[in-house]
Amino acid sequence: MFAYYLDLALRSLKRNPALTALMIVTIGFGVAASMTTWSVFRAVSGDPIPQKSAELFVPQIDNWGPSGHAPGSKSTQPPDAMDYTDAIALMRAHRAKYQSAMYQIADSVMPKHLNQSLTMVAGEAVSSEFFPMFDVPFEYGTGWSAADDANRAHVVVLSGKLNATLFGGRDSVGKVLTFGHRDYRMVGVTRDWNPQPVFYDVVNTGGFSEMAGGIFMPFTTAIAAHQGANGTTNCQQPPAESGFKGLLKSECVWISFMVQLDGAAAVRDYHQFLVNYAATQQQAGRFTWAPNVRLRGLMDWLDFQHVVPPDTKISLYVALGLLLVCLVNVMGLLLAKFMRRGGEIGVRRALGASRRQIYAQFLTEAGMVGLAGGVLGLGLTALGVAGIGLVMPRDIAALAHFNASLLFATLIVAIVATMLAGLYPTLRAAAVQPAWQLKSN
Amino acid sequence: MTLPPIIAALKKHKAGVILITLQIALTLAIVCNAVFVIGQRVATVQRPTGMDEQNLFVIQQMFVNAPSGNGAAAVEQRYAMIQGDLATLRGLPDVESAAAISSLPLVQSSNNGGVDLKPNQSNSTARSTFYSVGEQAIHTLGLRLIAGRNFTAGEITHDVHGGDYEPPVTIVTKALGDKLFPAGDALGKTVYFNGGATPTTIIGIVARMQTPNIGFGNDYTWNSVLLPTFPNDSYTRTAVRAKPGRMAEAMREAHKALLAADPMRVLAGFGGLLGIQPFSEIRAKAYRADVGMAILMGVICVILLCVTGAGIVGLTSFWVGQRRKQIGIRRALGATRTDILRYFQTENLLIAGAGVVLGAILAVGLNLWMMKQFQMDRMSLAYVAVGIVALLALGQGAVFAPARRASRVSPVEATRSV
Repeated sequence: MFAYYLDLALRSLKRNPALTALMIVTIGFGVAASMTTWSVFRAVSGDPIPQKSAELFVPQIDNWGPSGHAPGSKSTQPPDAMDYTDAIALMRAHRAKYQSAMYQIADSVMPKHLNQSLTMVAGEAVSSEFFPMFDVPFEYGTGWSAADDANRAHVVVLSGKLNATLFGGRDSVGKVLTFGHRDYRMVGVTRDWNPQPVFYDVVNTGGFSEMAGGIFMPFTTAIAAHQGANGTTNCQQPPAESGFKGLLKSECVWISFMVQLDGAAAVRDYHQFLVNYAATQQQAGRFTWAPNVRLRGLMDWLDFQHVVPPDTKISLYVALGLLLVCLVNVMGLLLAKFMRRGGEIGVRRALGASRRQIYAQFLTEAGMVGLAGGVLGLGLTALGVAGIGLVMPRDIAALAHFNASLLFATLIVAIVATMLAGLYPTLRAAAVQPAWQLKSN
Repeated sequence: MTLPPIIAALKKHKAGVILITLQIALTLAIVCNAVFVIGQRVATVQRPTGMDEQNLFVIQQMFVNAPSGNGAAAVEQRYAMIQGDLATLRGLPDVESAAAISSLPLVQSSNNGGVDLKPNQSNSTARSTFYSVGEQAIHTLGLRLIAGRNFTAGEITHDVHGGDYEPPVTIVTKALGDKLFPAGDALGKTVYFNGGATPTTIIGIVARMQTPNIGFGNDYTWNSVLLPTFPNDSYTRTAVRAKPGRMAEAMREAHKALLAADPMRVLAGFGGLLGIQPFSEIRAKAYRADVGMAILMGVICVILLCVTGAGIVGLTSFWVGQRRKQIGIRRALGATRTDILRYFQTENLLIAGAGVVLGAILAVGLNLWMMKQFQMDRMSLAYVAVGIVALLALGQGAVFAPARRASRVSPVEATRSV
């Protein structure tokens, strides 16, 4: 029976080629605009570390007090990042399963051959627990040890991408790399690990950064080497002392912090620990305000930091609005088309076709329009994803890919949406009174 | 032609009429808001930085062998290296002037803080960007000094590294001056920076200078402070003004001369942050997202209007086809072709009219929602008014072809069965 409906649908669609084309093009454009913007939205709002995100938390400690909040605002949020004093205290206390203080570093890398020009590399100063905490995969070698953290060892881990640029992708473990003025021994090379958003340090990377995470070195080593912070440093008061030493002693915030906590009890305990820590600071006279701490889960944190750029959301909503208009349009056209076939419906009903069969016939026709629109939409979506880099920031547009899931989603959205749009016209078509139709003709 | 028969006829196609009304309403709501976004982005992109951007290029580079730290020897050596570069640049035939500066409008890297009227003030009177500049900065950037004077060579200190934002004299933008001293008499007044206690005198006022960041939520775009503290860092930014029409040559010369003077520097890469670029490139990069958003909204608007226009053509064509017999009867009873044309035009005006009324309400509602969700500004009702006219015109334009076809229906159709 389905084959027969297909045949009927084809005949009907062929009868008004211009109108059929109009419906297909409408669906195609509507679906393509939505799927293109959705592909970008999906890429930037997705969970960057799905297997772990539920166990990752970002602690915040208010070291600025009430006067640190924007004048006139009711917000009592602690600063987004940590100062050195609190970061080190939390690292020393070691109350979480894994923890890492982090800040962005950037420096020149000496070329291996004289004919190469000097390059600049950005990376992150982290603790040894960074690698197990984020399940960082290694191509060669491993991360460094806790002893390396304690000894401020001159060791680094390179990203696979940087290793490819500097060492042609060969096993470079054990080789020496000159970063800034100092020599570092390479202990590991990651395998294609460049999560976007750069969830471990959105404060210093701004969320999306292709350059971030080229090189990793121990936090303690970077501090000892006075490796400057290449991110955002916010000061409520200028440091009393100038230079890097002044920054370390100041209440300026510039360090990201993340912990892994397994289970609700661990989360509660860690939150209590933060409150107690802030209370100790209050008793010591460093804070003149009551403990004000936060412990946000990773996805909450990304949401709170507005990692998804507002433009991405606006584009998605506007494109969905376009799809809605397209559907209303198709609904109107299908309605007009179906209602003109009162005669045909009347004959079919009089010859014994049930309402259900009329539904099936017209929904098949709507589905075929949807399928054709979806196929056109696929082509347009592929074009859209390829061209979105022209209109959206490159760091963000580069994340959108045309893959199998987008392909299926496009087709399914097109077919389902068109069939939904065809539902009301079909209902009306099936309600046609055969007797009345036959009589009037 | 009176309205009642048209309305009576429309009642026969209730669902179709409601759908097309809804479509026009949604189209109006979305197009108004999208065009509003475009208008805002275009206005943002077009605002001048306050600099004379023609013939201006920027060198961002890093010395590999510069000493680190804040010891006197390191500071002096870095100062010598940077001054060496400036001398090299100023000696080039196609360079008019060059100046060291900590940041520039639109480069997205800034040092911001508070400006106060009283010492040790806990809540700043105004937020501002601090630009640390060396000599020749105002001339090189082409800033317009509208009151007071420039820094003298003696006022520019080079032995501070970070931290110190409290020099005895400063030059501020008119916007910041007026914010601090609403009477407009900022020149000669004393201010304090970042809750400090050291007084600083405003010795000059420039007409306009934009801050480096253009992101959302920056409400102090025109508040800039120039500090006479020579930026002393191994990472340097230099603004260079080429002689008129000689920018490409000047950039080539600068690249060659700097590498010849000291090859141990990073002068390229790092995501385009390092290198020698015309300021126009920095501007284009800074506003890329805004231009892109405007284009995207434009594309969506065009698709939307085409879909709605085509939808009206399609639906009206159907109705014309359906009513051939009735049209024939009317023609046979004496209606002229113009009468038939008018009938469909009036019918469309009625539907589109209802659509735009509903659409105007939706447009304002959508704007209010976007204001809440995305800190968008309030949309001027002029956008809605223009949108209403545009959609009514679109409706009339779309209905014309099918309506004309209707008007050509011969009276003889009345005698034929469908």
